[in-house]
Amino acid sequence: MIDTLVHLALVLALPPLLTGVIAKTKAAFAGRNGPPLLQGYYDLAKLLRKGSILPAGSTWVFLAGPVAGVAAPLLASLLLPFGGHEAPLSFAGDMILFAYLFALARFFTASAALDTGSAFEGMGAAREVAFSALAEPALFFGFVALARISGSLSLSGMLGSGPGWVTAGAPLVLVAASWAVVLLAENCRIPFDDPNTHLALTMIHEVMVLDHGGPAFGLVLYGAAVKLFVLSALFLRVVFPFNATDPNLDWLAFVAGVLLVAIGIGVVESVMARLKLVKVPQLLVGACLLSAFGMLLLAR
Amino acid sequence: MSLLLVLGGALLCAAGGVPGLLLRRAETGRRLALAGSLAGSLLGLAGAALAAVTGTVETIQRSWPLPGAAFHVSLDALSALFLAPLFLASAAAAVSGARSFGDEAHPDDAPRTRFFFGLSTGAIALVLVARNLLLFLAAWEVMALAAFFLVTADRESREARDAGRLYLFATHVSTLVLFGFFALFRSASGSTELVPLPAGVAGSDAGTALFVLCLLGFGLKAGLLPLHIWLPPAHAAAPAHVSALMSGVLIKTGIYGIVRFTSLVPDPPASWGDALFLLGAASAVLGVAFALGQHDLKRLLAWHSVENIGIIVLGLGVGLGGRAAGRPEWALLGFAGGLFHVVNHGLFKPLLFLGAGEAAHVAGTRDMDRMGGLARVLPKTALLFVAGAVAISGLPPLNGFASEWLVYLGLFDRARATGADALRAAFGVPALALTGALALACFVKAHGAVFLGNARGEAPQPHGQPASHGEPPAHVGPMALLAAACALLGLLPAVVAPALARAAAVAAPGPVPAKPLAELASLGTVGVAALAVVLLVAAVALLLRRRLAAETTAGPTWDCGYASPTARMQYTASSFARGPVGWFGWALRPRLKGAPVAKLFPASARFESHVLDTVLDRAVVPVFRAGAWLARQGRVLQHGKMQLYLLYVVATLVALLFQV
Repeated sequence: MIDTLVHLALVLALPPLLTGVIAKTKAAFAGRNGPPLLQGYYDLAKLLRKGSILPAGSTWVFLAGPVAGVAAPLLASLLLPFGGHEAPLSFAGDMILFAYLFALARFFTASAALDTGSAFEGMGAAREVAFSALAEPALFFGFVALARISGSLSLSGMLGSGPGWVTAGAPLVLVAASWAVVLLAENCRIPFDDPNTHLALTMIHEVMVLDHGGPAFGLVLYGAAVKLFVLSALFLRVVFPFNATDPNLDWLAFVAGVLLVAIGIGVVESVMARLKLVKVPQLLVGACLLSAFGMLLLAR
Repeated sequence: MSLLLVLGGALLCAAGGVPGLLLRRAETGRRLALAGSLAGSLLGLAGAALAAVTGTVETIQRSWPLPGAAFHVSLDALSALFLAPLFLASAAAAVSGARSFGDEAHPDDAPRTRFFFGLSTGAIALVLVARNLLLFLAAWEVMALAAFFLVTADRESREARDAGRLYLFATHVSTLVLFGFFALFRSASGSTELVPLPAGVAGSDAGTALFVLCLLGFGLKAGLLPLHIWLPPAHAAAPAHVSALMSGVLIKTGIYGIVRFTSLVPDPPASWGDALFLLGAASAVLGVAFALGQHDLKRLLAWHSVENIGIIVLGLGVGLGGRAAGRPEWALLGFAGGLFHVVNHGLFKPLLFLGAGEAAHVAGTRDMDRMGGLARVLPKTALLFVAGAVAISGLPPLNGFASEWLVYLGLFDRARATGADALRAAFGVPALALTGALALACFVKAHGAVFLGNARGEAPQPHGQPASHGEPPAHVGPMALLAAACALLGLLPAVVAPALARAAAVAAPGPVPAKPLAELASLGTVGVAALAVVLLVAAVALLLRRRLAAETTAGPTWDCGYASPTARMQYTASSFARGPVGWFGWALRPRLKGAPVAKLFPASARFESHVLDTVLDRAVVPVFRAGAWLARQGRVLQHGKMQLYLLYVVATLVALLFQV
C-alpha cells in the first residue's frame, strides 16, 4: 500500500524535475547558469492560470490530444516497477498494454495536430506516427529478449532483479543500447528532434502543439514530462536491475538513477547535433536490428 | 432450439427481400425487407448467443434425394462465434443501407440489392452451419453469387461492373478449387460429411494437397495476401452497407473454412502452422502498408481487411503450431486470439465502412485528398468513426486491443520457449507491433484527412442535396450499435472468454491445456485496465474543462506568420503517408507523376503518387495477358472455313485408326 502511494507520488510529482535537470546539464556544458531546476513546475503553474485560444473550426479532438497525452503515460507507469519495487498493477501480458497506452496517446496527439488544419502541424503528426512505427518493433524485440531471459511475461517479472547481467550480458547490452535510442526518439530529444528549436520545418513533437496554449499546453508539457519519466524508469531498470536490501534505499537509488538518466540525456544533447531528418529512420531501423541481434543471441 | 433459431433467422433474412421484387410499391417492399432482416437477425443472434453461452452442440440431419448430399447442419461454439457478428453486422448494415442506398436515388437497383443482401446473409449463415460437403458448396456458391450482385448493385457505375467482374473471376476460381478440395477430402475421409480425417492423412501427400487447396480456396475468399486481388476494388466500388457486410463478415467465411478444416485434422504437421504464420505476418504488414498508400477512403478500409485477416491468420498459425508442438496452451491462446479478432473485426469494420460511406456521400468524392472538416457537418459520424479507428488500431480501451493482446500473448508465450520454433514466433511479435503502429498511422491519416481540419477545395454537392443534411437515426443508430458492441467487448472482454475458450477447443481438439483461458490470459484484468483508461481520461478531461471554463476564445490557426493561409495548404492524406510509403516502395511500387519542386519560386508544380495493387498489376494481369496471347496463337486453326474443319476431322480419324 505504502509502496503504491510512493509510486503514485513519484510519478505525479517528479517528471517536471527531469526537464529541469536536462536544462541545467545543457547549461553547464554551455557555461551558462541556465533556468532554475524547478522551472518545469513554474511553467506549469503559469500555464494553468492562463486563458486559452482554440483554433477556429477545431473540434473536441484538439483537446483530446493533451488529455490522452497525460492520462495514458500515467496509467502506463502503474504497470512499471520503479527500481526494486514491484509495479502496483502486474499481469501476464502487461508490457503489451504498456506499449499500446503510449500508442493511444500518440493517436490523439497526432489527431489533435491535424485538427488545426495547419500544414506544419500535419507535417509534425506525419513524422511522429511514422518514426514511432519504427521505434515500436525495437521496443518489442527488447520485450521478447527480456521474456526469454527472465521467462516471465509481465514487466515486473522481466525487470525484476535476477542473474540477467551474468547469464545474458551481451543480449542485455544490445537491448539497452536499442532502448536508449527508443528513449531519445520517443521523447523527441536530440538527435531526433530538438526541443529547443522553434523552426517548424525541422521539428516533430513541438510542431504538433504549436496551436495549443494555456492549460491545454500545460497538459502537453506535463504529459511529455511523464512520458520521459516513465520511459527513463524502464530504461533504468534494464541497465540496473539490482535491488538493495532496504526498501527505502531502493526508492532513493531509483530517484537518483532516473536523475542520472536525465543528466545522460542532457549530455547527449550537449555533445551531439540533430540528425538530418532523412537519417532518422535509418537510426531507428538500426535500433531495431540491435535488439533483434540481442534476441538472436538468446537462441538456444 | 438454438440451431432452429439460427436457421429461422437465416430464412427470414433471405426471404425478406422477395416481396420487394414483386411488389409495385417500393416503400412496402423496403419495409418488408427491413422487417425480415431485423427479425431474422434478432432470431439468429439469439440462437448464436444461446449456443455460445451454453456450449451445447445441436445437429439436424435429413436425407436429400441427391447422391452424396444431405441436409446436415450443426451448430457448435465455433459456428456460433462466426454467426454472432454476422447477424449483428447484417442488421446494422441493412438499416443503414435502406436509407443510403434507397429507392429515391436508385429506383431500379434498390429492391434487387435488398433481396441479394438478405440472401447473402442467409447463405453465409448456412455456410457456417453446413456439415455436408455438397450443402456447404451449394450455400457457398449462393453466397458468392449474391455477393456479385451486391458489388454490382449500382449498375450505372462502370467501376462497380469492373470490380464485379474481377470478383466473379476470383470467387469462381475459389469455388473450383474448393470442388477439388472437397473431392479430395471425400476420398481421404471416406465420407460426404465434414468428419474428422483419419490419423496419418495429414502427413501424406494427399494431406499436403488438401492443405494447399484449402489455403487457395478459402484464402481467396478471405483476401489473404497474395490472393486478395479482388478485395480492394470490390469493397471500394460497392455501396457502403454492402462493403460493411462483405468486409465485416463475408470474407470471414474463408477464415471459417480454414479453421473448420484444420479442426478435422487430428495431427496437423508443424509446417502447416508455419505456413499460416508466415502468410498471416506478410498479409498483416503489407496489407497495412498498401492501405497507407491509398487515396480512396473505402479502398483504404479494404486494404485494412487484408491486414486484419493477416492478424487473424497469424493467431491461427500460433494455434496450429501449438497443436503440432503438443502445447495446448499455445493452441488455446492462438485460436482464442484469432477467433476473438474475427468477432471484433466483424464489428468495427462495418462501423468504419458505414461512416466512410456517409462521409463520401456528403463530400461527393471518395478521394481523401479532396475531403476535410467533415466533423463539423457530421459530428456524430465523426465521433463514431473515431471509435472505429481506435478499435481497429488495436488501442485500449476498445475491443481491437483485447483480441490483439491475446494474439500477442500466444506469440510471447511461444517465443520464450526453447528451440527454433520459438525463434520464429519471436519474429512475429515485432511484425505485429509494426503492423499496429502503421495501422495507427493510417487511421490518424484517414480520420484526420476526412473529418478534421478544413474542407480542401469546393466539394461537389451530392445529388443536389445541401452538405449538411443532418444525421438521421437510420444512419447514426446502426453505427452507434456497432460502436457500443466494440466498447462492451473492450471494457468487458471477460464476458466472451468462456465462449472463446469453447470455440478454441472446437478449433483445436485434442489435449486440454492444464490451465483454463482465464488463468492463461486474464481478459478480466485487461477489461479493468480499459476501464481505468476511460476513467483517467475522463478525470483529466474534467480537470482541463474546469480550467478552460475561465476564458476561452477562438482564433485563427497559427501558420508560421504566413499572411493568407488557405485550406489547400493543409497536409494531404498522401503527404501524410509519404514516409512509410517510401520505406515500402519495394512492395508498393508507387507510380509518381510530375516532378517535385526543384528550384526557388516555381511557377506551378504538380505531383501525384498512386499506389496500385502490385500483385494484380505485376503478376496476375501479365500472366493472363500471356495466356490470352497464347490462346490467340491457336486462332490460326480456327478460321471459319468448313472444308478445312472437315479435314481436321478426317485427319484425326486417320490418326486414331493408325493408333489402333
